[in-house]
Amino acid sequence: MTASPLAPSVVPGPSAAPNPLFELLLRLGDDRLVLGHRLSEWCGHAPILEEDIALANVALDLLGQATMFLRLAGEVEGQGRNEDALAYFREAVDFRNCQLVELPKGDFAFTIARQFLFDVYAVILLDALSSSKHGELAAIAAKALKEAKYHVRHSGEWVLKLGDGTEESHRRVQRALDDLWRFTGELFAADAIDRAMQEAGVGPDLPALRAQWETLVRDVVDRATLTLPLQAPVLTMRGGRSGAHTEALGHLLAEMQIVARSHPGATW
Amino acid sequence: MASTVGNQQFAADQAATIAGDGQWPLWEVFTQSAQGAPHEHAGSLHAVDAEQALQNARDVYARRGGVISLWVVPSGAITASRAADSGPLFDPGADKAYRHPQFYKVPRGVRGV
Repeated sequence: MTASPLAPSVVPGPSAAPNPLFELLLRLGDDRLVLGHRLSEWCGHAPILEEDIALANVALDLLGQATMFLRLAGEVEGQGRNEDALAYFREAVDFRNCQLVELPKGDFAFTIARQFLFDVYAVILLDALSSSKHGELAAIAAKALKEAKYHVRHSGEWVLKLGDGTEESHRRVQRALDDLWRFTGELFAADAIDRAMQEAGVGPDLPALRAQWETLVRDVVDRATLTLPLQAPVLTMRGGRSGAHTEALGHLLAEMQIVARSHPGATW
Repeated sequence: MASTVGNQQFAADQAATIAGDGQWPLWEVFTQSAQGAPHEHAGSLHAVDAEQALQNARDVYARRGGVISLWVVPSGAITASRAADSGPLFDPGADKAYRHPQFYKVPRGVRGV
């Protein structure tokens, strides 16, 4: 029997067992790349000039974090892909961000509510990752943690102002929380990759982080005179970590990737 | 999240009294570039309270680094001299050279004078 040069044993396809560290780094990088892009959509459109700058500032922080995580992901993968190749030349099914971050930016209340839920998650997650056994990952997490602590101060303050503000601001931010709640289950759902990384001392025990997250979120939500469901979401939206996304991600990527794909290798 | 800003209520009251133009209250921002250096006026911005003023100051005036401390002050809390008073206030100091410490040599090694 003659082996074909294209036989699967000769050409390992993308279905080869995923490298869990590569996957973990993609999840961390893609969350921040996609959310940073969503925030950047406010540039020039925020309610006031100062907030416009603040949101762009957070967006740039997230972009910087994504750069570090994706660069390390490319090195770990060892296929010669750098952070730009990973950001601009992957399809939606190859993105590993949670669905929470890809949802359209909505109104200002929706953007703030989503940002607050993510910022609290980021602080807790990065804090855990900063004691990872993987030295470079721990260093990136420690650097990003400083930024995340400011982000949550900013978005938390806005949740208080909107929730305890006017009737309209209260109604809008409450509706945003109601809509977003079912997307929070995915943040703490651990699959085989997360468990492998946890056993290796590289990644955190994700489900164990939820209680701390909920305590911090509920504290601000209560003070903002808002309400959250009593339980973790029953009907939960998930799939982003394995490449199943809402239709919103495709539109976002089309806009984000068009320049890099139209002019490959271009510099300025 | 909740920061302790001294006299926050006072500051908010001060700020609220000057918002007559439909804009959010105006604040003046002072930045310090090094330990021991003076806080210098960097500019102004709008914010509804002291915490937001501090955050906006951070984002507008400190985001490119070089700042180690921020002050925000409600613009209404500042008492400024009037342009019409500039003659009586400042002209007398212009022609009395003996009031200027220019007859002394500053010792080497002294900075910030």
